[in-house]
Amino acid sequence: MFATTKKWIGATAVAEPELASAPAARSVARPPTRAPAGASAALEGVTLAYDGGAAVLEDVSLDVAPGEALCLVGPSGGGKSTILNLLAGLVKPTRGRVLFDGAPVTGPGPERAVVFQDAALFPWLTLEKNVAFPLEVAGVAPAERAERVDELLRLVHLSRFRGAFPHELSGGMRQRGAIARALATRPRMILFDEPFAALDGQMRELLQGEVERIVRASRTTMVFVTHAIDEAVRLGDRVVLIGTRPGRVIGEVHVDLPRPRRAAFGGARADAGGASLEDVQAVRIAQRIASEIRVEVDKVAREEADGAWGSSSGPDGGDPRRHLGRGI
Amino acid sequence: MARALASATAEGTLGRAVLVSAVRLVVGYAIALATGVPLGLVLARVPAIKRALGPLLLGLSSVPSICWLPLAIVWFGLSEAAIQVVIVLGAALPVTLATESAVRHLPPTIERAARTMGAAGPTLLFRVLLAAALPGILTGAKMGWTFALRSLMAGELLFVSGGLGQLLETGRDLADTALVLGVVVVIVALSRASERVLFGPVERVVARRWGTAAS
Repeated sequence: MFATTKKWIGATAVAEPELASAPAARSVARPPTRAPAGASAALEGVTLAYDGGAAVLEDVSLDVAPGEALCLVGPSGGGKSTILNLLAGLVKPTRGRVLFDGAPVTGPGPERAVVFQDAALFPWLTLEKNVAFPLEVAGVAPAERAERVDELLRLVHLSRFRGAFPHELSGGMRQRGAIARALATRPRMILFDEPFAALDGQMRELLQGEVERIVRASRTTMVFVTHAIDEAVRLGDRVVLIGTRPGRVIGEVHVDLPRPRRAAFGGARADAGGASLEDVQAVRIAQRIASEIRVEVDKVAREEADGAWGSSSGPDGGDPRRHLGRGI
Repeated sequence: MARALASATAEGTLGRAVLVSAVRLVVGYAIALATGVPLGLVLARVPAIKRALGPLLLGLSSVPSICWLPLAIVWFGLSEAAIQVVIVLGAALPVTLATESAVRHLPPTIERAARTMGAAGPTLLFRVLLAAALPGILTGAKMGWTFALRSLMAGELLFVSGGLGQLLETGRDLADTALVLGVVVVIVALSRASERVLFGPVERVVARRWGTAAS
């Protein structure tokens, strides 16, 4: 497996050596033959239940097109992260199939990188060595490795902090480091698991912009899990809504807004003369998503409040799923 | 007391005793580390072995290691090996249990992240899990060192073999309280100094990397 990876990374390095200049690269015409673009992925009728328990996911089918930026939104505990873990190969489905680039996923691999909510940088390695780690595992030669790490750290604006240990970095810096590490092996799909949930609003907006820029420049497929609707509308070409208990697809919304997009509420700046048409569209899309998942959010709130949520929730007890029906 | 220590030093008995004890301690402790850390790792990673050996090891850890001395003497006679058995059994258990616990309680995203980067097998085991568990293993290693020292002293007291324990026995035989107390002071000093030399550097590394306060 390592040998294949090595070969593949080598090939990529030749085909696409210019990731570091990503911001400029947008305006520069790229050669037409640029392998490997993002890969496709799919869940086909996936059901997942842990040892006899209730299903976490039930009959989930999902297609991700090559190079697509797909966002999964839904209330917490709804199985969004589980879908990500399935795509990453960290979890195996009870029923159904998980496909990557047309082939069944058998386990995790460097062609599908994951950015975790807590960054998950290794605390015993400096930032630089963290970013180098996947390359080392893949058997990339030291010289090439160093070059690639330089490139990646520049890409996420962390060159100055290369020698710092993760605990010396801020939350936002750690996430940028994790993104750099995820990009190291030039994955064909990047999976984001609520990476900015623990960050403050401004940092989140900044990093959303970074992700949009970086992922578009690398042209990999992206699946981004979030519970923030504005984040999904900003980053996604398509937003899939995930219902909860059991997790399932309850709808999808295409986001046909031009890129690069602005932060959710950045539109009302005075110098821009108020909200632009695009901002209005973004808000409309966000509202539509919000209304579509409201039922699910209410359901979670009610379950967590043990039936004490709202006044029209009907008689106490019983399976709330039965009262609400499935989906919308 | 100072006079007793001075005369023991002058005769050379103290120096010889310290040397004999120190060599035993280091050898036994090295064997304990070399078995305890891998065993802890295996216990943390292989549920079947954990189920089979876990309760046994926990039970054994409540047995003072000196209790093994009679068995060790039966097997190995009044030899160096018998004392080593006592030291290794005393020190390896805390090291094993601490390693097991440290590896098992790692944040799960560490392993997940490593696996998504293609780490598997020995790379995952040694370069990720063991590295990540270093702070916990260090705690166990320090505990193991203290246990090794205690086992050694108990062993040396119980049979004549040179070493600091025997010097204590000599003090008792001669009703020389000053010598006994003097040797105790030497033991305390040696234990503190050796801990500083052995674990100080590793502790500083852990503090720097993990951002925990150095002790």
